[in-house]
Amino acid sequence: MMRDITLGQYYPVQSPIHKLDPRTKLFGTVILIAALFVADNIFCYILAAAAVFAVIAASRVPVRHILKGLKPVLFLLIFSVIFNLFLTDGKVLVQFWIFKITREGILRSLLMAVRLIFLVMGTSLLTFTTTPNQLTDGLEKGLGFLKVIRIPVHEFAMIMSIALRFIPILVEETDRIMKAQTARGADFESGGLIKRGKAMIPLLVPLFISAFRRAADLAQAMEARCYHGGDGRTKMKPLRYRAADRISYVVMLAFLGADIALRVLL
Amino acid sequence: MSITLDHVEYKYSEGTPMETEALHDVSLEIRDGEFIGLIGHTGSGKSTLIQHLNGLMRATGGDILYNGESIYREGYSMKELRSHVGLVFQYPEYQLFESDVLSDVCFGPKNQGLSEEQAKARAIEALRLVGMGEEYDKRSPFDLSGGQKRRAAIAGVLAMKPEVLILDEPTAGLDPKGRDEILGQIARLHREQGLTVILVSHSMEDVAVYVDRLLVMDHGRLRFDGAPREVFSHYRELEEIGLAAPRVTYIAHALKEAGFPVRTDVITVAEAEEAILCTLNGTNEREKATP
Repeated sequence: MMRDITLGQYYPVQSPIHKLDPRTKLFGTVILIAALFVADNIFCYILAAAAVFAVIAASRVPVRHILKGLKPVLFLLIFSVIFNLFLTDGKVLVQFWIFKITREGILRSLLMAVRLIFLVMGTSLLTFTTTPNQLTDGLEKGLGFLKVIRIPVHEFAMIMSIALRFIPILVEETDRIMKAQTARGADFESGGLIKRGKAMIPLLVPLFISAFRRAADLAQAMEARCYHGGDGRTKMKPLRYRAADRISYVVMLAFLGADIALRVLL
Repeated sequence: MSITLDHVEYKYSEGTPMETEALHDVSLEIRDGEFIGLIGHTGSGKSTLIQHLNGLMRATGGDILYNGESIYREGYSMKELRSHVGLVFQYPEYQLFESDVLSDVCFGPKNQGLSEEQAKARAIEALRLVGMGEEYDKRSPFDLSGGQKRRAAIAGVLAMKPEVLILDEPTAGLDPKGRDEILGQIARLHREQGLTVILVSHSMEDVAVYVDRLLVMDHGRLRFDGAPREVFSHYRELEEIGLAAPRVTYIAHALKEAGFPVRTDVITVAEAEEAILCTLNGTNEREKATP
């Protein structure tokens, strides 16, 4: 059931994109977001599309797989398209009752849709090519400068990676308890809202107990290994930029520059 | 009362590149009143197999008959099947959720549609069957010891009065005393109530003592199906699939190799004791006979 979510799940293949430093990819995602919001004409979008598809091709993640990840945001997409379509003022093309469709509305909703699609594709590409551990590592090191103003960056990164690590465990646990209670005749599928809500109690109580138990076990295991936070802690695989990362930075900045130039000049 | 599996197949994520076969062409018949042991290496398909027996998992091929009727027939009540075939999962104590033991055991019978009193009567009966006295009825299940929690959870399934009881490693993580108590109670239920029992286990010693038919799974296939003594005589093949015979069987074989004429088909400690004594007496008598 919950295993079917593709959005944000690591896609294990070997590719130059997978091998990039997570900080490079994080920066790239930020650049893409910036570029998409700067973009206001068709040429900017063509450039962004070319960039996104070039990275997808290099990442060896099938386009179909990435498009599947768009499904959960489909609702949001339709919602924003409809709003932009009907609520933009301008040259009226079609009018009925209180609704009117304008030329500007069509353009705006189209651009909005494209913007959203590339936004989701770009960010899911980040999680498809980067394991959660790499991602938190990258965040920790990339935001390390915040330590100067006393923000516990390491602790936040640790909380994040533990939370991510526990998602599949809890999904599995839910599955297990659900089956155990079904074997005792529990019914999670039929009945009205109240009946269904009540049916969740035999599932939620054991799930919470087990989550707390696991948390306590983990805390104890970390203490037993002398965990004391980030100070003086070394890494088994320290992040280091390589030639490919430096080239990527140059390309990404050039892309952002071109995007801004296209907006200003055209 | 019987369960028949007819060429049952189960594939995970069928039709995707991640497709894996968890059960391959499993056919067998579970007859009324049998005490069956199910062994196999981790990932051999044991858990998948038992979840098919009460309809929690649906076979991707083949058919399963309960009392001669296909459980995949249109309109077959899975809920009813589940009250006939009770399944106790591994670490069943993690399914406890009520504020006291008695209410938790009542959960199953209530789901079967019994009234409050009937459910309570069933629950009390089940709790006594697993050896938990009145003093536990009103206690929180979370204050009990590991072995007691497990027994309360097993009672939760027994209270539904199943005809077939399946237990997935009911003794995992228990101390020897707790293990013997639980297995002893299950054997008693089998003997006194005529319950059909399927015991999934990792312990060759346990199955050798208790069961009268042994199924061995390997890579989703049913490799052996027979009396424990017969199955354990294939101990070399069992080793190849990551299993073994009971330790006493090896001792008997070692003694024989060392030149003692011991029976090698022993599978329990009691049998081994008898066989060794018998051999010793035999040699003694021969020694006496020679002047």
